[in-house]
Amino acid sequence: MLPDKKVCRDMLYYMKLSREIETRIERKLYRQGKIVGGVYVGRGQEAISVGSSIQLEQDDCICPSHRDMGAFLIRGLSARAVLAQYMGKKTGVTRGKEANMHMGDMRHKIVAFVSMLADTVPVAAGIALAYKMRRQRNVVLCYFGDGATSRGDWHEGLNLAAVQRVPVVFLCNNNQYAYSTPLEKQMPIRDISIRAQGYAMPGVTVDGNDVTAVYEATREAVELARNGGGPSLIECKTFRMTGHSAHDDGRYVPKELFEEWGKKDPILRWETRLIRDRVMSERDVREMATRITQEVDQAVSLAENDPLPDPEETLEGVYADQSVDAPLAFAASFFSPDRWR
Amino acid sequence: MATTTYVEAIRQGLWEEMTRDDDVFVLGEDVGVYGGAFKVTAGFLDQFGEERVMDTPLCESAIVGAAIGAALMGMRPVAEMQFADFISCAFDQITNFAAKCRYRWGAGVPMVIRGPSGGGIHGGPFHSQNPEMYFVHTPGLKVVAPSTAYDAKGLIKSAIRDEDPVLFFEHKYLYRRVKEELPSDEFLVPIGKADVKRAGGDISVITYGAMVHNALEAAGVLAGDGVELEVVDLRTLVPMDKTTVLESVKKTGKVILLHEDTRTGGFAGELAALIAEEVFEYLDGPVMRITAPDTPIPYSPPLEEFFLPKTSDVIRVARHLAAY
Repeated sequence: MLPDKKVCRDMLYYMKLSREIETRIERKLYRQGKIVGGVYVGRGQEAISVGSSIQLEQDDCICPSHRDMGAFLIRGLSARAVLAQYMGKKTGVTRGKEANMHMGDMRHKIVAFVSMLADTVPVAAGIALAYKMRRQRNVVLCYFGDGATSRGDWHEGLNLAAVQRVPVVFLCNNNQYAYSTPLEKQMPIRDISIRAQGYAMPGVTVDGNDVTAVYEATREAVELARNGGGPSLIECKTFRMTGHSAHDDGRYVPKELFEEWGKKDPILRWETRLIRDRVMSERDVREMATRITQEVDQAVSLAENDPLPDPEETLEGVYADQSVDAPLAFAASFFSPDRWR
Repeated sequence: MATTTYVEAIRQGLWEEMTRDDDVFVLGEDVGVYGGAFKVTAGFLDQFGEERVMDTPLCESAIVGAAIGAALMGMRPVAEMQFADFISCAFDQITNFAAKCRYRWGAGVPMVIRGPSGGGIHGGPFHSQNPEMYFVHTPGLKVVAPSTAYDAKGLIKSAIRDEDPVLFFEHKYLYRRVKEELPSDEFLVPIGKADVKRAGGDISVITYGAMVHNALEAAGVLAGDGVELEVVDLRTLVPMDKTTVLESVKKTGKVILLHEDTRTGGFAGELAALIAEEVFEYLDGPVMRITAPDTPIPYSPPLEEFFLPKTSDVIRVARHLAAY
């Protein structure tokens, strides 16, 4: 059974918006030299972050990873702020302090991930612990890839969450490659969901390119967590339709795999389904695409004209109270022209 | 009035903060039923319940990670490392996640990580370390190392109320060896303020943690020879109280930098550089370091005794400087 019509349309919108923003970043702005650092996209994986985070309540929290653009957008970040983030602009989500997908804002209950993947797993358990201690009926969605499940923090985090029965849903996008390392060199199992058995939590594997499958599995896990049933692990099987990043052409991936998974594109599948089931007409879908193109055009142009941060902002924000900050005081006096007078 | 030990002072400080603020909770290995390996949280489980006194699995990284998550939500977690040595397992969460949240994306992480550090108890290489410098070197963290019961109680309370992550290194040699009468009214000791534990005009000894007591002992001996040591207890390494350090050096012109931590990359080196940059013209002698040697901390009593800086080292170096 499909979710209600508005949710269905919203899911298509956010999947298409993610794709459009990331395509613009990777294939245009990056090549034009307007993105100052690395680019990691979630092409082909949009159903996972969208089908899961679309059903959260305002006070729920997400801990996204680097291929979850849809989750950031659904939680309320604007396309302009995301693009400005990539360009290192002052108006970016982190005001130029952080790169690309390392975005967070507790006002939107988005935790910024660190590059040491799986570090957010115990952090998500701690957020869920706070919900439990405060008797809030909220949940945390924690996202990561297949490679992250090899790390110790992943296991420590799942174990702690399970022992404490805290309300968190662990969502794995198993895109079958961690940078250049294929799954069989990453782990001796085929289905990551079986790792859940070691922590006595429900573990399921779903088709990560089917947004309804992701939606349904997440709905069940969220409901369990909200009702005090503890954490779950959902493995979403998908495929990374790019290299690891914009500077990696992914030549180590057999071409047939790209072809095979290209036919399972989650956006095309969802569009086709919505038209077939008369949730949307072909014209509705075309209009949505046009609207998204316009939105992103406008966001790009605003972000391009946004200012860069002032160099002195380097020294700001290490501590809550900067007056007690000795290293910064040193740096400020060192770089001050008055020092040498 | 009864005296209070250093360990009891920390216990009282934690207890008072947990009573004052429901958001404060402790988590760590064996902190609940057992009351902590050093009994810092003895009796807490009965008073505050198992949610706020949380026995965790053996997982230092997840203990810190979970504390970060709770702190992001506005809780005030106090994570215990059973021995400060084990903090290495949580290094990544502390230095990459907790330390950088505010700078990267403006999210405050008000949390405390406390643990017993230091040698002198025949703990061997993994129950005696002084790991403070790994964290002193990471912007975004605060690092505290009290030497007295009064400071320990006042600083743990300030650490819990701080808006940023604070590493609180308790010296386990001091736990039951130092005690004093504490005020019955509530008090705080501010983070970032050094304390002159003994005033003197001839030589500044700048130190922290257990070595404060060696410095004071040496000062007592040297006073009989007419050499007056000024003992500056840093109490907080980050943020460092530059003013108190530099004022003392300006007054005495001679300085000994003393710590139990090993030599290379120790805090003494940082202080020596600061003194050279800022008050070079006040110096009347070489800046001297007294530290542990660059080895792991050994187990057997004669080896550990050799490793740890001693009162006699301070006396010897002070006499050399006095005659300089």
